[in-house]
Amino acid sequence: MNEALHIASPAVTTPTPLSPEATIRARVSNLDFWYSKFQALHSVSMPIHNNKVTAIIGPSGCGKSTLLRCFNRIHDLYPGARYEGAIELMPDGLNLVSRSVDPILVRLMVGMVFQKPNPFPKSIFENVASGLYVRGLRNRSEVEGRVEKALKQAAIWDEVQDRLKKPAYELSGGQQQRLCIARALAPEPKLLLLDEPTSALDPIATAKIESLIADLAHDVTVVIVTHNMGQAARISDQTAFMHMGKLIEFGETEQIFTNPTVDQTRDYITGRFG
Amino acid sequence: MSDIAIRAGDDTRRLVQVKRRQDLIFGVVGILVLFVVMGLLMTLVADLLIDGLGRISPEFLTSFPSRRAAAAGVLSAWVGTTLVMLVTAAIAIPLGVGAGLYLEEYASKNLLSDIIEVNVSNLAGVPSIIYGLLALGFFVYALDMGQTILVGGLVLSLLILPIVIVATREAVRAIPSGLRESAYGIGANRWQVMWSYILPSARPGILTGAIVGLSRAIGETAPIITIGALTYIAFLPPAPVTSTPPWINFEWLNSPFTVMPIQMFNWTSRPQAEFHVNAAATGVLLLCMTLMMNGFAIYLRYRLRRTVRT
Repeated sequence: MNEALHIASPAVTTPTPLSPEATIRARVSNLDFWYSKFQALHSVSMPIHNNKVTAIIGPSGCGKSTLLRCFNRIHDLYPGARYEGAIELMPDGLNLVSRSVDPILVRLMVGMVFQKPNPFPKSIFENVASGLYVRGLRNRSEVEGRVEKALKQAAIWDEVQDRLKKPAYELSGGQQQRLCIARALAPEPKLLLLDEPTSALDPIATAKIESLIADLAHDVTVVIVTHNMGQAARISDQTAFMHMGKLIEFGETEQIFTNPTVDQTRDYITGRFG
Repeated sequence: MSDIAIRAGDDTRRLVQVKRRQDLIFGVVGILVLFVVMGLLMTLVADLLIDGLGRISPEFLTSFPSRRAAAAGVLSAWVGTTLVMLVTAAIAIPLGVGAGLYLEEYASKNLLSDIIEVNVSNLAGVPSIIYGLLALGFFVYALDMGQTILVGGLVLSLLILPIVIVATREAVRAIPSGLRESAYGIGANRWQVMWSYILPSARPGILTGAIVGLSRAIGETAPIITIGALTYIAFLPPAPVTSTPPWINFEWLNSPFTVMPIQMFNWTSRPQAEFHVNAAATGVLLLCMTLMMNGFAIYLRYRLRRTVRT
């Protein structure tokens, strides 16, 4: 039986069978999430395919960012966060949201880029190296090599290679965001989370980041939250549509955008609400 | 139709005029208030300067107190103040910053932490003489530490701890949540987040709080008098640095002392006018010490801001 069909919860329809050779990087199953008394996610189940870009779309307040932030347990920084269900990271099936799993361990495996570019108040080099430093990597030449690699992956190396010692704040917004992507990539995460990474950027910077994300999927599995449907259609392989904390539909991006099976998805995609 | 447009324009213009007038009134009131406050302050400082400035000389700084006003100086007082402030800073800043960071970053938010928060703020309002009595009963009598520089520094650091704690918490709280989230997001643990990301960004605010606290401590008289600091000291504490190993000497901590405000207080209560001049001169010097401390803090803050940014 097809894996994607197998894990689909009753609320989710996956009519287009996903290619059988697609491997699963992570699997969300029956995930509930509470902000104190408020339940923000209701029994979300979906697969995250290896070396693919998975987009999560939906109207404001639908829970798409909440879902993304479960993947690296950033919710745990605030009191009252509670998870039920599982996000299993393959191949070992470690449940990222289990209470017995240390959130720091989760964040060491899952990188994240936030909505607003938020470089650390340090130099460009130090920013990218910070993820390596917290992992105890001190060997100068190895750190330098991995910083360079990450900056190249994030398509910003050419712009910053002469000024690695300069403060990251001197970069433009789009450059800062690509720097943040490099920072997340440097420790070679198993999963890269992008939370509306272009919503604070101008169209040119956005275009750069979009083409970068498509390239990234060769090396890393990407989950991106976006309110920009065009962006989801352009860069993602699979798309999940959420509404009111529930996953309404999940499938191949092309199918979701051309032939959605649920009326709500169709209404949202054609701009009737949201 | 154009009629309506013109009338709307008149209304808008009147609205703008009303707002202009409000701005003007508030501006005038503000300037008046500022003049009153600054005038009072300037009068006080000018009076002090007129009385005391002429008395300040190298001899005044290098002489011990004396029965004769003309021969008296503030050597033991300014040395005492400097040493007591050193002790105060060395105790209050690490303790206060540590407590503030713990309360803000580590402590779970519950009833207990709320109670602690309210009480820390309340402690800042406790009259300083209460701290003096506490120190007299606890340090001087119960622990039998004597009226020493160490006890003086301890009581003043107790006095300013709440200020440092509150300032630290405010500085940490002012850090944008994005910085904290991204620091945790790269997989850092609490210690790494605090040490490498939160503390550097909060340092200017923490420093400001520490200086506000120290500026309060430098002028405090009541708790120092309460613990029984002497008013007449004709010797200096042992030097903290010696010419023989181990080169550092902590004997000065156990030395009796006096401080500038006590010296001033003592001189103002003498009947002879010459001593009042001495008191004014001491006041000028105390002001200078406070200004120097603030200046040093501003310089440090400027340097820190620069290093934080790069």
